[in-house]
Amino acid sequence: MAVISYRKAINQALEQEMARDESVILMGIDVGGGTGGSGDVGSVGGVMGVTKGLYPKFGPDRVIDTPISESAIIGAAAGAAVTGMRPVAELMFVDFIGVCLDQIYNQAAKFRYMFGGKARTPLVIRTMGGAGMRAGAQHSQNLHPILTMIPGLKVVMPSNPYDAKGLLIKAIRDDDPVVFLESKALYDMKGEVPEEAYEIPFGEANILRDGRDATIVAFGAMVPRAMQAADRLAKDGVKVTVLDPRTTSPLDEEAILDSLDETGRLIVVDESPPRCSLAADVAALAVSQAFDALKAPVGMVTCPHTPVPFAPNLEDAYIPSVERIVEAVKNTL
Amino acid sequence: MQLNRDDLKRAYRTMMTIRAFEERVEKEFADGTIPGFAHVYLGQEASGTGICFDLTDEDQIGSTHRGHGHCIAKGCEVEGMFLEIMGKQGGICGGKGGSMHIADMDKGMLGANAIVGGSPPIAVGAALTQKLRRTGRVAVAFSGDGASNQGTTLEAMNMAVVLQVPMIFVFENNGYGEFTSAEYSVGAPSLTDRAAAFGMPAQSVDGGDFFAVQAAMREALEHARAGKGPYALETHCARFLGHFVGDPQKYRGPDELAAARANDPILRFRSKVADAALLETAELDEIDAEVRARIDAAAAAAREAPLPALATLEADVYVKY
Ligand SMILES: Cc1ncc(C[n+]2csc(CCOP(=O)(O)OP(=O)(O)O)c2C)c(N)n1
Ligand SMILES: [Mg+2]
Repeated sequence: MAVISYRKAINQALEQEMARDESVILMGIDVGGGTGGSGDVGSVGGVMGVTKGLYPKFGPDRVIDTPISESAIIGAAAGAAVTGMRPVAELMFVDFIGVCLDQIYNQAAKFRYMFGGKARTPLVIRTMGGAGMRAGAQHSQNLHPILTMIPGLKVVMPSNPYDAKGLLIKAIRDDDPVVFLESKALYDMKGEVPEEAYEIPFGEANILRDGRDATIVAFGAMVPRAMQAADRLAKDGVKVTVLDPRTTSPLDEEAILDSLDETGRLIVVDESPPRCSLAADVAALAVSQAFDALKAPVGMVTCPHTPVPFAPNLEDAYIPSVERIVEAVKNTL
Repeated sequence: MQLNRDDLKRAYRTMMTIRAFEERVEKEFADGTIPGFAHVYLGQEASGTGICFDLTDEDQIGSTHRGHGHCIAKGCEVEGMFLEIMGKQGGICGGKGGSMHIADMDKGMLGANAIVGGSPPIAVGAALTQKLRRTGRVAVAFSGDGASNQGTTLEAMNMAVVLQVPMIFVFENNGYGEFTSAEYSVGAPSLTDRAAAFGMPAQSVDGGDFFAVQAAMREALEHARAGKGPYALETHCARFLGHFVGDPQKYRGPDELAAARANDPILRFRSKVADAALLETAELDEIDAEVRARIDAAAAAAREAPLPALATLEADVYVKY
């Protein structure tokens, strides 16, 4: 099997789905890049190079460079979706939902319910989040908790190249609005990815490692960190399960509860401030549904209740570290 | 109004400080001493300098992701700026902001802004304060051609007219928003047509010419200070480098890149004052040397400075919590 990057896996999913289905279109700021310039139009392919090569292949009607107008980008994609297209709109950084949230949560996410089941909005919003790039307070957030709490939206957080491809193909074929939250820390992560198209279903957790001492639930870029923590713990004879829900909405509650039945100890790693986080959400699930199974208080490894700082040492301290995960697991033993 | 010799020296010193600062940023970035990414103002020095030239510390500006030049023109100290951009202790924002979030309230600098279109609504609010407090001062929002298409900018323009606040919208049109040309992304015939349609006077000026920008800004200031509401200026600028330091810029042809460099606002200023015998070349060179020495010292000190104390991570989220 070919070993490719997370970035390339996403690119491949887009290319294959665009080739398969003409109603799949891309729109966003510089998804082609260079429109109206005096040089190579379409040479950029997004600020992270994720859509590189798609403009030359599919042309300006299907890879649409937009003005910097996020409300109109997301709203137009929602409107195109509800009228028969399958748009993949790019919201360059998830931090920018601030300037288009209405179109996401009051519009796209609610069409179906408000209209009594008569609307179908196969919209994908590709966006990226996460700290660690020294990008400052307005370019480093994750914001999946805000999105996850919105009924009518599905939210995907791929943690590796294989999942990125399969989940994006699923997102494009899905008939509901989906936010596909890429992790900028993972774009260069390499992994085995089949050449052909495949779907990974939503709401099905991936158990990356099985161990009976504790269950670590981690999201997105925190999954590789949880795996590193698991390696370290194994050296001390502690065997943990690492569970990646892959989608925060729907959430595979069953898989989490099943694992908890076996281990009795839960640690949730969430790159987000603690209040109203996925860590709080999963902890609440455990406490309300599996109180009897719990042998120790739930460990929550999150960011502090602060914006993301710029200085490298502060930013490193902000993100849940492998050390903190190890410590949280040990605290439950 | 005629500028005297001291005015001219002040203008030149500001432009040169921006130039030297940004060239140093480019170099430091290549050396790896600046974390994250950096958008520099090279080629646009005359615009920010001309706009801020007649502003006081009580007048306020809101800036953009390409904000170093605006900061310097508004009086921020380059020493604190280098520390900030390198994420060091003693930075203007304690190292917590970085390049895209430099702010200095005492200087009327309400912040660079990493959200395109983030500043115009904030500047409307600052102008509202000026109006309600009857200060006779103004607020300025800098935006790029790209930001001119953001909903927040368009809403701010309308509201500024409705509330008749003393505000100046400055659109620095450097031809591109990231990698997409303004000719494509701005649907209106021009930014000034669009601003005029909102109900405010609008002028387009050569943003490479300090004198043209400063003269136009004086008219805008007179209008706003007289209580006649907002005003819009479009400054046509050249962006020497790419969107960020390191951008390979395949989307710009070689002729265009050469033309951008040919329209160097600093060289144009120098030849203008020399031709008119207003300042001696030696005087200008002296300013160059002075500025470069200050920038060298500031950058070197910032390189050596310590990182912020870890305890600051959770400080200043609130005034009180
Ligand atoms: C809301 C939002 N959308 C997109 C971006 C990404 N972005 C940063 S700068 C930029 C281009 C801005 O162009 P312009 O306003 O012309 O300013 P210039 O860079 O030319 O100074 C874009 C799209 C952003 N920071 N914020
Ligand atoms: Mg621009």
